[in-house]
Amino acid sequence: MALSASKLKVGDEHTARLVEDLKRTQIVQYAGASGDYNPLHTDEIFTTQVAGYPSVFAHGMLTMGMTGKMLTDWVGDARLTKYGVRFTSQVWPGDTLEAKATVKALTERDGVKLVEVDVATTNQDGVVVLSGYAEARVDP
Amino acid sequence: MSAKKFPVEAGHILMFARSIGDENPVYTDEEKAKATEAGGIIAPPTFVQASAQFDPDYFLRPKVGQPWFGSGKNPTGVVRAPGGGGGGGGLHAEQHYEYHRPLRAGDVLTAETKPGKTWEKEGKRSGKLIFSESVTEYRNQDGELVVTARGVGVRTERPVEQPAKKEA
Repeated sequence: MALSASKLKVGDEHTARLVEDLKRTQIVQYAGASGDYNPLHTDEIFTTQVAGYPSVFAHGMLTMGMTGKMLTDWVGDARLTKYGVRFTSQVWPGDTLEAKATVKALTERDGVKLVEVDVATTNQDGVVVLSGYAEARVDP
Repeated sequence: MSAKKFPVEAGHILMFARSIGDENPVYTDEEKAKATEAGGIIAPPTFVQASAQFDPDYFLRPKVGQPWFGSGKNPTGVVRAPGGGGGGGGLHAEQHYEYHRPLRAGDVLTAETKPGKTWEKEGKRSGKLIFSESVTEYRNQDGELVVTARGVGVRTERPVEQPAKKEA
């Protein structure tokens, strides 16, 4: 399940489709599970009439959570040591997202082999909505 | 987000994993999870964000008897939405995690948040941007550091302008 440092090289890529045609209901699910009930994510009337956006939009943390699945499916369970992102563009209902991890370096710390990757999630128009990095423990 | 007691429960992990579309049994199936390297049900990497549920003062949760800025009879329940343009008190700009040990169902965490730096920037799509950082340490029932989280929020002068929408 886990990755091996000996089988990885800089530039290797892993991609996954995170969601196709994101539904408002999934955003509501995330609001309920995470406890972030900001109306900007679930309340179309508030968001369009008061906040001035064209519609509700996803929590950045929903995109980070879905992108995290791409990472853990690849590096294995409980293997991440670091994961950080910037939210570079909003994610809207109806969006289809693809995430990519690219191996940036293979390193070692305290005798533990690590892989460092760049992470990017892109929408159907090619706009990067999330950009970041992760580090994970790998087998030798 | 600060919480004196954040119990990490299997049912909550299941709901959270479902909401991010992650059907990995290590988050939901005790028997299958036992057979994995994790050795039991663990939480997904971004789960600690749900500590908001256990922060008594978390302002993005409606509270009984208090005004709520979302819509009801009117488009907003308060005279003026908190924060600047964009309503809702700002947007999430960055989130960073460092994982020190696996977060397991049954753990009981504390979350201690300290404010970090603040800085300003002129944005092309939303006017003046005010960024503020906070660092939260999540410790387990044995006082061991489990996750360090660093979040950056941004308040915008006006709603973020959108590129022209393509016709579907």
